[in-house]
Amino acid sequence: MLNILIPWASASILPPAATDLAKKLDQLSYFLIGISLLAACLVIAGFVYFSIRFRRKSEKDKTPHITHNYLLEFLWSFIPFLIFMFVFAWGWFLYTRIREMPNKNANALEVHVYGQKWNWDFVYKNGRKTTTLYVPKARVVKLIMTSRDVIHSFYVPAFRIKQDVLPGVYTALSFTASELGKFYVFCTEFCGSGHSGMQARIHVMDKDKWEAWLMADPYKGMTLSEIGKKVFQGRCTACHNTTTSTKIGPGLAGIFNSKRVLNNGKVISADENYIRESILNPSAKIVQGFTNQMTPFAGLLKEEELTGLIEYIKSLKQE
Amino acid sequence: MPDSKINYLNEKKGIASWLFTLDHKRIGLLYMITVFTFFLVGGVFALLLRLELFKPGENLVPANIYNQWMTFHGAIMVFMVIIPGIPAFLGNFMLPLQIGAKDVAFPKINLLSWYCLVIGSLVALCSLFFNGVDTGWTFYTPYSIRTDNGTLWVVLGAFIIGFSSILTGLNFIVTIHKLRAKGMGFFKMPLFVWSLYSTAVIQVLATPVLAITLLLLSVERIMGVGIFDPNLGGDPVLFQHFFWFYSHPAVYIMILPAMGVISELITTFSRKTIFGYKAIAFSSIGIAVVSFFVWGHHMFVSGQSEWAGILFSILTMLVGVPTAIKVFNWVATMYQGSIKFDTPMLFANGFLFLFVIGGVTGIMLATLAFDVHVHDTYFVVAHFHYVMVGGTLMAIMGGFYYWLPKMFGKMYNESLGRITFALIFVGFNITFFPQFFLGLKGMPRRYHDYLPAYQFLNQLSTAGSWIIGLGFVLALFVILYAIFKGEKATANPWGATTLEWQTSSPPPHENFKQTPVVTGEVYEYH
Repeated sequence: MLNILIPWASASILPPAATDLAKKLDQLSYFLIGISLLAACLVIAGFVYFSIRFRRKSEKDKTPHITHNYLLEFLWSFIPFLIFMFVFAWGWFLYTRIREMPNKNANALEVHVYGQKWNWDFVYKNGRKTTTLYVPKARVVKLIMTSRDVIHSFYVPAFRIKQDVLPGVYTALSFTASELGKFYVFCTEFCGSGHSGMQARIHVMDKDKWEAWLMADPYKGMTLSEIGKKVFQGRCTACHNTTTSTKIGPGLAGIFNSKRVLNNGKVISADENYIRESILNPSAKIVQGFTNQMTPFAGLLKEEELTGLIEYIKSLKQE
Repeated sequence: MPDSKINYLNEKKGIASWLFTLDHKRIGLLYMITVFTFFLVGGVFALLLRLELFKPGENLVPANIYNQWMTFHGAIMVFMVIIPGIPAFLGNFMLPLQIGAKDVAFPKINLLSWYCLVIGSLVALCSLFFNGVDTGWTFYTPYSIRTDNGTLWVVLGAFIIGFSSILTGLNFIVTIHKLRAKGMGFFKMPLFVWSLYSTAVIQVLATPVLAITLLLLSVERIMGVGIFDPNLGGDPVLFQHFFWFYSHPAVYIMILPAMGVISELITTFSRKTIFGYKAIAFSSIGIAVVSFFVWGHHMFVSGQSEWAGILFSILTMLVGVPTAIKVFNWVATMYQGSIKFDTPMLFANGFLFLFVIGGVTGIMLATLAFDVHVHDTYFVVAHFHYVMVGGTLMAIMGGFYYWLPKMFGKMYNESLGRITFALIFVGFNITFFPQFFLGLKGMPRRYHDYLPAYQFLNQLSTAGSWIIGLGFVLALFVILYAIFKGEKATANPWGATTLEWQTSSPPPHENFKQTPVVTGEVYEYH
């Protein structure tokens, strides 16, 4: 089970914190929740008490003429002001910690992040590309992020960090994971039909295991179809089912060698070349009933991954 | 018909006498019909959204349709219901009455602004014939530039509706300056008028910025001029600055008049002079002024500079002060009052309850480091529904029940009125309180599908939406029954002191038989 999915019975109202900074942020969050509850309860209790205590007893009730009370008014302006300034300062202090980027000597792990409709790509310095972010525990990580299409937002609930990912410019995030495990990444800027499916995982590993992972051939010992399945799970599930049911794009079971009716009326057979073209350049042939929404994957997949993907799609049979 | 029985409702007959009326009261009722019709449409969308979210996965419709529903719910509720709701409906009707005037300063412009709302709304709904629109009501670029063509229709619609808002604001400012009854100084005006005044200032100053922004968006879409789209050399974050420069003050267009209504309700039903009249009046102006300098708190994680974020955080905290002052003044007004819990007062107390929760969560969101975690999650959704629905909608309902006897000369059924309050209040809390926890747990907003771990709280929320729905259906029945079959209302059923209660119910064509002259204070209950 992923770490965010703690049982509802648990007393915690925030997801488990997986960085040291997140634990500090939680102190602020619990303080805010506590003082807000207290303030709201005091005001509500006040007017509920007045409502009962001063309810109308007869139509002839007389009420006093109280227009103002300078001391009281000063206090109820000034005390909230002080509280607001206090939480502002606390929030400011921690915000600068969130936004603090590692300096040159920090031996930070830099990873490039690309957002696109509707998945995340992670690119390491050695050229390794993944759809899950693998990082070592206790090492500062800097994410250098940009978008290939519209605005997305990179949100890791367990780390309490979030940053919009914009086309045409880099934005950055930094964190140092203190817990091992897998953590969710959500997209929090509305980006279209696949927005809610635009998820990734951050896999925090021990340093040794992570180094071995970085050097290893990701597809060693796997069959083509297994490679394809792995690629599919990272990149395609936001829009395609492995059954026959349509998601945003068509369900892919039984699609190989089936007859497809295009939006210009032509009927073609979904052979290997058709599937290859539909992945690399999806706008070339659009099937009736669908619109041109898919990201072109030309340049984003290695030949081995592309072939694997086609083999995997071929293996999806109608039940 | 004897002279005393002639009022603004029966002095002329026929559909043309309504569509071409220049009487602010009739225009107010035209707004009433428009706003409530759109509220019904937006509400149905809300119920459908909640139904889709009852379980994870696809339940009713695929994601692209859900996103269109989400967009329509937001755009309709913001542009066609909550912004015109209080100023254009209750304000239009009550402002001239409350200041002892015969009408607003420019009756023809007043009618024009209603037509702007209707035409703009119809244009926006045209998008349904062009693949709909799925950008959310915020139209963020570059998504809104690249998505289906329906977007242009909604943008054009919002542009036209904006003029309705500008013209109404202009009309109110001039009316308040020029048409007050003899003896009514600025500090003898009812607080509802003060709130309409500060709202009007925002409407006139901020709405043109929205108009320009939407125009630029259209220029970019139609002619490919690079303004917001980085592929054309534009800056997508610039759009967000422009958009929120209007839309944050617009939040106060929505809430300030609601605060005005609440001031009237609490003092009337406590039969007691309002506490801190000037503090409430000036805090309206204070909120209006500061509201122009806080837009960046919508953009803490957008990529704007960190110093900008810090500045916007502290400025947002400052809005909290005048807002807190108002709440404390209302509570203090109830102290030693003679409080009667008729339906309007129940709504006023409901407002206080929900607005306090909306307010403290607003301060939480203004706190930079906390906002980074909950930004664009359900925490924000819960917060603004507590303010917009819990605040503004409660005030519309309370104000409507309060002024209904004046508008139609009929009384509603008190026990049924109280039941509508109970249903709406309870349903609202069941719907939106769990959403705070969804947000804290990290569930992002505008999601068609969610992780199974979020299911329980979503189901609670959906169940609550049915109770709210029931409450509003009952309210519709209570109101229609009152209008057509209700008992006759007296001129001043609540024993209120403001001028609108000194004329007959419903008022005659030009409001007062004799032009009133003000001698005393506005809320004299002693």
